[in-house]
Amino acid sequence: MASKFTRSNRTGFLMAGPAVFLIGCFVILPFLFAIAFSFTNQRLMSPNPTEWVGLSNYEALLGLGTLTLEPEKDATGAVVMEDGEPKFPATRSFTRGNPDYPQLAGMREWFSFDHGGSRTFVLARDVVFMTAVVNTFLFVIIVAPVQAGIALGLALLINQRLRGINVFRAIYFMPVVVSIVVVSLLWRLIYDGQSGLLNNLLSAVSFGMIPQIDWLGNPDTALGAIIGMSIWQAVGFHMVIWLSGLQTISPTLYEAAAIEGASKTQVFRYITWPGLRNTAVLILIVITMQAFGLFAQIDVMTNGGPLDSTQTIVFQAVERGYVKKDISGGSAISVVLFVIVLSISLIQRWLTREKS
Amino acid sequence: MKVWKFAASAAILSWASMAQATETLTMWYHGAGNEVESKIINQIITDFNASQTDWKVELQSFPQAAYNDSVQAGALAGNLPDILDVDGPNMPNWAWAGYMQPLQIDEAKIANFLPGTKGIWDGKLYSIGLWDAAIALTTRKSTIEELGLRMPTTDAPWTKDEFMDALAKAKAAGKWEFALDLGTAWTGEWYPYAFSPFLQSFGGDIVDRSTYQTAEGALNGEAALAFGNWWQGLFKDGYAQATQDPADRDSGFAAGKYAFSWNGNWAALGALKAFDDVVFLPAPDMGAGSKIGAASWQFGVSATSKHPEGASAFIEFALQDKYLADFSNGIGLIPATPTAAEMVDNYKAGGPLAVFVEYSAKSGTVRPVTPGYVVQAKVFEKAAADIANGADVAATLDAAVDEINADIEKNKGYGH
Repeated sequence: MASKFTRSNRTGFLMAGPAVFLIGCFVILPFLFAIAFSFTNQRLMSPNPTEWVGLSNYEALLGLGTLTLEPEKDATGAVVMEDGEPKFPATRSFTRGNPDYPQLAGMREWFSFDHGGSRTFVLARDVVFMTAVVNTFLFVIIVAPVQAGIALGLALLINQRLRGINVFRAIYFMPVVVSIVVVSLLWRLIYDGQSGLLNNLLSAVSFGMIPQIDWLGNPDTALGAIIGMSIWQAVGFHMVIWLSGLQTISPTLYEAAAIEGASKTQVFRYITWPGLRNTAVLILIVITMQAFGLFAQIDVMTNGGPLDSTQTIVFQAVERGYVKKDISGGSAISVVLFVIVLSISLIQRWLTREKS
Repeated sequence: MKVWKFAASAAILSWASMAQATETLTMWYHGAGNEVESKIINQIITDFNASQTDWKVELQSFPQAAYNDSVQAGALAGNLPDILDVDGPNMPNWAWAGYMQPLQIDEAKIANFLPGTKGIWDGKLYSIGLWDAAIALTTRKSTIEELGLRMPTTDAPWTKDEFMDALAKAKAAGKWEFALDLGTAWTGEWYPYAFSPFLQSFGGDIVDRSTYQTAEGALNGEAALAFGNWWQGLFKDGYAQATQDPADRDSGFAAGKYAFSWNGNWAALGALKAFDDVVFLPAPDMGAGSKIGAASWQFGVSATSKHPEGASAFIEFALQDKYLADFSNGIGLIPATPTAAEMVDNYKAGGPLAVFVEYSAKSGTVRPVTPGYVVQAKVFEKAAADIANGADVAATLDAAVDEINADIEKNKGYGH
């Protein structure tokens, strides 16, 4: 005879079944495949058999090296100057076919810093990926607090009993409903360097003082432009979550506060914010994870350019795995991303844990 | 009685063989959404199906942007059609990956086809095109006269100095927003198709074609560095835009924004409509000859086709001059044979676009014929875009070489 546990759970398993099956097929299985592929030389299409290659995909992705060089000196021993700066030998002569530096072969300069007259070059085997990692972190670090903050502000604004408040709720939520691809296409027009809406607007309010900026074509502004539109696009979604959090706070607390004569800041500080604690944790984790997955905007608007200023981890994973048909390389990037997001989520969980 | 029996069995036999006879061949084509193109291809299929009883071709059209992905997915799922069309430079990859099989077409039938229309990999003909495409330096006769330039010819194209002189004069004239419209707005295959011939004209290449095993020396040698510096100069000196508004690409030349436009024969009719003195100049010779890209979409047979002879028969049927002429009349492409060109007003001797046939025949250079091209094209595109945006030339080309070489190595030499 079946125990009560299995009997009452049978229905549960049955109900969860379809979802578990689909998630297993389309999330868990591909995930396991990705881990396995990252240790092979699997291609998207190739007549060659797949081979186990150990960690070489990760080495090619994450390999770093340093090279410290003294400035070039002329015959008299004086430092050679070029454009007002000391001239250093080209790193190219160390990283290409130099038998004295076999460990640097195939590396490229990522960045460099000066100290005491000499200059240390940090070389990476895959500079594009490193740039993508830095860009993605920059994106997350800016988007997570700013988007959460604006969303909270909007939620507080629309959490009022006013005539027609639903119109505002709908307006703020609208960008979330529209496909990100469509939104990206529209923003590409808005950011257009010559006749874009943003440029026209800026030039109108500044009476032509602000010059035309090619927002997506300039390495200095491209990532910022994408950050701006990304925040705008998803802010409505997080606003709704904040709103649901706000509405779980008991009105009696606010009534009590009103009777006690608390100021608006005090009400927020001592009632609203503590009541939103769990919501805040959720929103922070959700935004962080979504921000790490930045892809569609890049794919539609910039393709990672100009000069790699908008490369991101997921864009690189797709670019390699699918466009360049290197499934193993793309898988390795996905695994690295997984490890990054997992560690950050764990850290966030630990930082926001209930302290007893 | 005996006769009766014989007749009956003959009837049954013939019925059975008839049922067996008409085999359906499936075909995929990249031109969905283009009405004229669909009409022509449907006409060929209808004619072919009516011309014999062995085969019946059924067409399925895809939008061009999704076509390659569909073929890839179809191949992975073991679901390819009998006949497919393929963009010329992608063919070696598909043949190598085992998507395609050699055509069974009489070589004599395609003897007079333009070289760029023949897809040859590993010594065998895998695909054949009904048309080719070509690029020319589009400008106006009045512009050349105004700037006091020599009119270049196929035999004596502009040298690099003459070309740069033309750009400098056009810029100095101040009449145009930019001297040169390169079409940088068209990301994707346009970059290797339109810009790698410049590199080849300098004497470099995307990959060393003697072995196809390395790009070292070809893409970062002296010629390639000279190309890179020249390329970067075009943007640094303000002759062309590194990032271009797609609308300017489509209508900028006609609107008088550019003095010269580096554009294909498909855009030629629009240019002719805009100005009455449009001329199509040959590509400048940077030192190693005047070069333009060759090879457009071509037809081939999938490896999994059960009836390759039927698929080949259809392709052979489509190679008739009248269909070549139809495509050319319909969508402005260069007919693959001189005889078909004579049937097209634009391309016949003395026609407004006849020079394109000449350029295609004389300067047309196929992109590297290697399965690795699909990756090399992407690497070249990024390098060209980065250099245009101001990246260090030598470092960028080195990185491109490393990436191409790593890919070749990972694919065990791509079967060369």
